[in-house]
Amino acid sequence: MNWGSLQAFLDMGGYGLYVWGSYGVAALCVVIELVALRARARRLDGQMTETAS
Amino acid sequence: MRGEWWLRYAAPQAFFPLAGRLIPYFAILAVVLALCGLYLGFFVAPTDFQQGEAYRIIFLHVPAAWMSMFLYVVMALWGALGFVLNTRLSGMMASSIAPTGALFTFIALWTGALWGKPTWGTWWVWDARLTSELILLFLYVGFIALKASIDDPRRADRAGAVLALVGVVNVPIIYFSVQWWNTLHQGASVSLTRSPSMATTMLWGMLLMALAAWMYSIAVCLARVRLIIREREREMAWMRELGQ
Repeated sequence: MNWGSLQAFLDMGGYGLYVWGSYGVAALCVVIELVALRARARRLDGQMTETAS
Repeated sequence: MRGEWWLRYAAPQAFFPLAGRLIPYFAILAVVLALCGLYLGFFVAPTDFQQGEAYRIIFLHVPAAWMSMFLYVVMALWGALGFVLNTRLSGMMASSIAPTGALFTFIALWTGALWGKPTWGTWWVWDARLTSELILLFLYVGFIALKASIDDPRRADRAGAVLALVGVVNVPIIYFSVQWWNTLHQGASVSLTRSPSMATTMLWGMLLMALAAWMYSIAVCLARVRLIIREREREMAWMRELGQ
Protein backbone atom coordinates (compact mmCIF):
# COMPACT_ATOMS: atom_id res chain seq x y z
CA MET A 1 0.00 0.00 0.00
CA ASN A 2 1.51 3.27 -1.14
CA TRP A 3 -0.72 5.78 0.59
CA GLY A 4 -1.10 6.45 4.30
CA SER A 5 -4.17 8.62 3.88
CA LEU A 6 -6.63 9.90 1.33
CA GLN A 7 -4.86 13.24 1.50
CA ALA A 8 -1.57 11.62 0.51
CA PHE A 9 -3.33 9.79 -2.32
CA LEU A 10 -4.80 13.02 -3.68
CA ASP A 11 -1.55 14.89 -3.23
CA MET A 12 0.48 12.34 -5.28
CA GLY A 13 3.71 13.47 -3.69
CA GLY A 14 3.12 17.04 -4.87
CA TYR A 15 2.20 16.00 -8.43
CA GLY A 16 -1.55 15.76 -7.79
CA LEU A 17 -2.46 18.40 -10.34
CA TYR A 18 -0.53 16.64 -13.11
CA VAL A 19 -1.58 13.09 -12.30
CA TRP A 20 -5.26 13.85 -11.64
CA GLY A 21 -5.31 16.36 -14.48
CA SER A 22 -4.29 13.51 -16.77
CA TYR A 23 -6.72 10.93 -15.45
CA GLY A 24 -9.56 13.43 -15.05
CA VAL A 25 -9.42 14.72 -18.61
CA ALA A 26 -9.01 11.20 -20.02
CA ALA A 27 -12.09 10.06 -18.08
CA LEU A 28 -13.98 13.13 -19.31
CA CYS A 29 -13.04 12.28 -22.92
CA VAL A 30 -14.38 8.75 -22.51
CA VAL A 31 -17.63 10.07 -20.99
CA ILE A 32 -18.03 12.56 -23.85
CA GLU A 33 -17.53 9.82 -26.42
CA LEU A 34 -20.10 7.55 -24.75
CA VAL A 35 -22.63 10.40 -24.40
CA ALA A 36 -22.12 11.35 -28.06
CA LEU A 37 -22.74 7.76 -29.13
CA ARG A 38 -25.89 7.60 -27.05
CA ALA A 39 -27.14 10.91 -28.49
CA ARG A 40 -26.51 9.62 -32.01
CA ALA A 41 -28.52 6.47 -31.24
CA ARG A 42 -31.35 8.55 -29.76
CA ARG A 43 -31.45 10.69 -32.89
CA LEU A 44 -31.81 7.57 -35.02
CA ASP A 45 -34.53 6.21 -32.74
CA GLY A 46 -36.37 9.50 -33.11
CA GLN A 47 -36.19 9.40 -36.89
CA MET A 48 -37.47 5.83 -36.81
CA THR A 49 -40.61 6.68 -34.90
CA GLU A 50 -41.16 9.59 -37.28
CA THR A 51 -41.10 7.31 -40.31
CA ALA A 52 -43.19 4.69 -38.54
CA SER A 53 -46.01 7.07 -37.69
CA MET B 1 -18.16 -24.74 -50.86
CA ARG B 2 -18.52 -24.57 -47.13
CA GLY B 3 -15.42 -22.44 -46.41
CA GLU B 4 -15.18 -18.67 -46.00
CA TRP B 5 -18.10 -18.64 -43.57
CA TRP B 6 -16.60 -15.52 -42.03
CA LEU B 7 -16.93 -13.66 -45.33
CA ARG B 8 -20.64 -13.65 -44.64
CA TYR B 9 -19.94 -11.01 -42.00
CA ALA B 10 -18.56 -8.63 -44.62
CA ALA B 11 -22.23 -7.90 -45.38
CA PRO B 12 -23.67 -5.20 -43.10
CA GLN B 13 -26.90 -7.15 -42.54
CA ALA B 14 -24.95 -10.09 -41.08
CA PHE B 15 -22.41 -8.00 -39.22
CA PHE B 16 -24.96 -5.72 -37.58
CA PRO B 17 -26.47 -8.28 -35.15
CA LEU B 18 -23.09 -9.95 -34.53
CA ALA B 19 -21.56 -6.62 -33.50
CA GLY B 20 -24.51 -5.99 -31.20
CA ARG B 21 -24.00 -9.30 -29.43
CA LEU B 22 -20.25 -8.76 -28.98
CA ILE B 23 -20.36 -5.23 -27.51
CA PRO B 24 -21.28 -6.18 -23.89
CA TYR B 25 -18.41 -8.67 -23.61
CA PHE B 26 -15.80 -6.17 -24.77
CA ALA B 27 -17.30 -3.44 -22.59
CA ILE B 28 -17.19 -5.63 -19.46
CA LEU B 29 -13.64 -6.74 -20.23
CA ALA B 30 -12.60 -3.10 -20.69
CA VAL B 31 -14.00 -2.11 -17.29
CA VAL B 32 -12.50 -5.10 -15.44
CA LEU B 33 -9.06 -4.71 -17.07
CA ALA B 34 -9.01 -0.96 -16.43
CA LEU B 35 -9.90 -1.47 -12.75
CA CYS B 36 -7.15 -4.09 -12.35
CA GLY B 37 -4.66 -1.89 -14.21
CA LEU B 38 -5.50 1.19 -12.12
CA TYR B 39 -5.27 -0.84 -8.91
CA LEU B 40 -1.81 -2.11 -9.86
CA GLY B 41 -0.77 1.31 -11.10
CA PHE B 42 -1.81 3.28 -8.03
CA PHE B 43 -1.68 0.83 -5.14
CA VAL B 44 0.87 -1.85 -6.00
CA ALA B 45 3.48 -0.25 -8.26
CA PRO B 46 6.14 1.50 -6.18
CA THR B 47 7.08 5.16 -6.32
CA ASP B 48 9.65 5.94 -9.01
CA PHE B 49 12.96 6.91 -7.47
CA GLN B 50 13.62 9.62 -10.05
CA GLN B 51 10.20 11.01 -10.90
CA GLY B 52 8.32 10.41 -7.68
CA GLU B 53 4.58 9.95 -8.21
CA ALA B 54 4.46 11.94 -11.46
CA TYR B 55 5.41 8.82 -13.39
CA ARG B 56 1.97 7.32 -12.66
CA ILE B 57 0.77 9.17 -15.76
CA ILE B 58 2.52 6.38 -17.67
CA PHE B 59 -0.43 4.02 -17.11
CA LEU B 60 -2.54 6.29 -19.29
CA HIS B 61 0.03 7.89 -21.53
CA VAL B 62 1.72 4.84 -23.03
CA PRO B 63 -1.45 2.78 -23.66
CA ALA B 64 -3.14 5.84 -25.22
CA ALA B 65 -0.12 6.49 -27.46
CA TRP B 66 0.04 2.84 -28.54
CA MET B 67 -3.67 2.82 -29.26
CA SER B 68 -3.52 6.06 -31.24
CA MET B 69 -0.99 4.53 -33.66
CA PHE B 70 -2.54 1.08 -33.77
CA LEU B 71 -6.04 2.38 -34.50
CA TYR B 72 -4.69 4.51 -37.34
CA VAL B 73 -3.11 1.45 -38.96
CA VAL B 74 -6.34 -0.53 -38.58
CA MET B 75 -8.29 2.40 -40.05
CA ALA B 76 -5.92 2.56 -43.04
CA LEU B 77 -6.19 -1.22 -43.50
CA TRP B 78 -9.97 -1.01 -43.63
CA GLY B 79 -9.60 1.82 -46.14
CA ALA B 80 -7.29 -0.28 -48.29
CA LEU B 81 -9.61 -3.27 -48.05
CA GLY B 82 -12.53 -1.11 -49.15
CA PHE B 83 -10.47 0.11 -52.07
CA VAL B 84 -9.54 -3.37 -53.23
CA LEU B 85 -12.74 -5.29 -52.52
CA ASN B 86 -15.18 -2.39 -52.80
CA THR B 87 -17.17 -3.67 -49.82
CA ARG B 88 -19.64 -1.32 -48.12
CA LEU B 89 -18.65 -2.35 -44.61
CA SER B 90 -14.95 -1.44 -44.96
CA GLY B 91 -15.57 2.29 -45.29
CA MET B 92 -18.00 2.19 -42.39
CA MET B 93 -15.41 0.41 -40.21
CA ALA B 94 -12.80 3.02 -41.08
CA SER B 95 -15.26 5.80 -40.19
CA SER B 96 -16.13 4.14 -36.91
CA ILE B 97 -12.48 4.01 -35.83
CA ALA B 98 -11.49 7.62 -36.58
CA PRO B 99 -13.15 9.41 -33.60
CA THR B 100 -11.81 6.87 -31.09
CA GLY B 101 -8.35 7.13 -32.65
CA ALA B 102 -8.50 10.90 -32.37
CA LEU B 103 -9.60 10.54 -28.74
CA PHE B 104 -6.59 8.39 -27.84
CA THR B 105 -4.25 10.72 -29.73
CA PHE B 106 -5.60 13.66 -27.78
CA ILE B 107 -5.22 11.76 -24.48
CA ALA B 108 -1.62 10.83 -25.39
CA LEU B 109 -0.79 14.48 -26.15
CA TRP B 110 -2.61 15.84 -23.12
CA THR B 111 -1.11 13.41 -20.62
CA GLY B 112 2.26 13.94 -22.29
CA ALA B 113 2.02 17.67 -21.67
CA LEU B 114 1.05 17.13 -18.04
CA TRP B 115 3.92 14.70 -17.65
CA GLY B 116 6.41 16.90 -19.49
CA LYS B 117 5.84 19.91 -17.27
CA PRO B 118 7.08 18.36 -13.99
CA THR B 119 9.78 16.16 -15.58
CA TRP B 120 11.14 18.21 -18.50
CA GLY B 121 10.05 21.61 -17.26
CA THR B 122 7.90 22.31 -20.32
CA TRP B 123 4.39 21.46 -21.53
CA TRP B 124 5.45 21.13 -25.14
CA VAL B 125 8.51 21.04 -27.36
CA TRP B 126 8.56 20.82 -31.14
CA ASP B 127 10.53 17.62 -31.09
CA ALA B 128 10.09 14.75 -33.55
CA ARG B 129 8.00 12.47 -31.33
CA LEU B 130 5.61 15.15 -30.12
CA THR B 131 5.25 16.83 -33.51
CA SER B 132 4.56 13.59 -35.39
CA GLU B 133 1.95 12.62 -32.77
CA LEU B 134 0.30 16.02 -33.25
CA ILE B 135 0.27 15.38 -37.01
CA LEU B 136 -1.50 12.10 -36.24
CA LEU B 137 -4.25 14.05 -34.50
CA PHE B 138 -4.57 16.32 -37.56
CA LEU B 139 -4.75 13.24 -39.81
CA TYR B 140 -7.64 11.83 -37.78
CA VAL B 141 -9.44 15.17 -37.75
CA GLY B 142 -8.77 15.64 -41.46
CA PHE B 143 -10.13 12.17 -42.19
CA ILE B 144 -13.34 12.89 -40.28
CA ALA B 145 -13.75 16.34 -41.88
CA LEU B 146 -13.08 15.03 -45.39
CA LYS B 147 -15.65 12.27 -45.05
CA ALA B 148 -18.19 14.65 -43.58
CA SER B 149 -17.73 17.05 -46.50
CA ILE B 150 -18.63 14.52 -49.22
CA ASP B 151 -22.31 13.74 -49.57
CA ASP B 152 -22.09 10.44 -51.44
CA PRO B 153 -21.00 7.91 -48.79
CA ARG B 154 -19.23 5.58 -51.21
CA ARG B 155 -17.18 8.46 -52.66
CA ALA B 156 -16.47 9.68 -49.15
CA ASP B 157 -15.21 6.19 -48.29
CA ARG B 158 -12.80 6.22 -51.21
CA ALA B 159 -11.51 9.71 -50.50
CA GLY B 160 -11.09 8.83 -46.82
CA ALA B 161 -9.22 5.65 -47.74
CA VAL B 162 -6.74 7.64 -49.85
CA LEU B 163 -6.11 10.09 -47.01
CA ALA B 164 -5.76 7.29 -44.45
CA LEU B 165 -3.31 5.37 -46.65
CA VAL B 166 -1.18 8.41 -47.43
CA GLY B 167 -1.11 9.35 -43.74
CA VAL B 168 -0.09 5.88 -42.60
CA VAL B 169 3.58 6.76 -43.34
CA ASN B 170 3.36 8.97 -40.26
CA VAL B 171 2.94 5.97 -37.95
CA PRO B 172 6.46 4.50 -38.34
CA ILE B 173 7.77 8.07 -38.14
CA ILE B 174 6.13 8.44 -34.71
CA TYR B 175 7.33 5.06 -33.57
CA PHE B 176 10.96 5.40 -34.67
CA SER B 177 11.26 9.16 -34.13
CA VAL B 178 13.03 8.63 -30.82
CA GLN B 179 15.72 6.60 -32.60
CA TRP B 180 16.03 8.64 -35.80
CA TRP B 181 16.31 12.06 -34.23
CA ASN B 182 17.62 13.53 -31.03
CA THR B 183 14.47 14.02 -29.04
CA LEU B 184 13.62 15.05 -25.55
CA HIS B 185 11.22 12.14 -25.46
CA GLN B 186 12.64 8.94 -24.02
CA GLY B 187 13.02 5.76 -26.03
CA ALA B 188 10.68 2.78 -25.94
CA SER B 189 9.89 1.57 -22.42
CA VAL B 190 8.93 -1.89 -23.58
CA SER B 191 10.70 -3.95 -26.19
CA LEU B 192 10.41 -7.52 -27.31
CA THR B 193 14.17 -7.98 -27.50
CA ARG B 194 15.26 -6.46 -24.21
CA SER B 195 14.10 -7.24 -20.74
CA PRO B 196 11.89 -4.41 -19.52
CA SER B 197 13.62 -1.45 -17.91
CA MET B 198 10.93 -0.97 -15.31
CA ALA B 199 9.54 -2.72 -12.25
CA THR B 200 7.35 -5.74 -13.04
CA THR B 201 4.30 -4.30 -11.32
CA MET B 202 4.64 -1.08 -13.32
CA LEU B 203 4.89 -3.09 -16.52
CA TRP B 204 1.83 -5.16 -15.67
CA GLY B 205 -0.18 -2.10 -14.76
CA MET B 206 0.68 -0.59 -18.11
CA LEU B 207 -0.08 -3.75 -20.06
CA LEU B 208 -3.45 -4.18 -18.34
CA MET B 209 -4.34 -0.59 -19.14
CA ALA B 210 -3.29 -1.17 -22.75
CA LEU B 211 -5.53 -4.24 -22.94
CA ALA B 212 -8.37 -2.22 -21.42
CA ALA B 213 -7.84 0.43 -24.11
CA TRP B 214 -8.08 -2.30 -26.76
CA MET B 215 -11.31 -3.69 -25.36
CA TYR B 216 -12.77 -0.21 -24.97
CA SER B 217 -11.86 0.65 -28.56
CA ILE B 218 -13.43 -2.52 -29.92
CA ALA B 219 -16.64 -1.99 -27.94
CA VAL B 220 -16.98 1.67 -28.91
CA CYS B 221 -16.09 1.12 -32.57
CA LEU B 222 -18.58 -1.74 -32.85
CA ALA B 223 -21.25 0.47 -31.31
CA ARG B 224 -20.39 3.29 -33.69
CA VAL B 225 -20.29 1.10 -36.78
CA ARG B 226 -23.77 -0.14 -35.89
CA LEU B 227 -24.99 3.45 -35.82
CA ILE B 228 -23.29 4.17 -39.15
CA ILE B 229 -24.93 1.08 -40.65
CA ARG B 230 -28.30 2.23 -39.33
CA GLU B 231 -27.78 5.72 -40.76
CA ARG B 232 -26.64 4.56 -44.17
CA GLU B 233 -28.82 1.54 -44.74
CA ARG B 234 -31.99 2.93 -43.19
CA GLU B 235 -33.89 2.69 -46.46
CA MET B 236 -32.84 -0.87 -47.18
CA ALA B 237 -35.28 -3.72 -46.83
CA TRP B 238 -33.28 -5.70 -44.25
CA MET B 239 -33.12 -2.65 -41.95
CA ARG B 240 -36.86 -2.08 -42.23
CA GLU B 241 -37.50 -5.72 -41.37
CA LEU B 242 -35.30 -5.39 -38.28
CA GLY B 243 -37.34 -2.38 -37.25
CA GLN B 244 -34.19 -0.28 -37.00
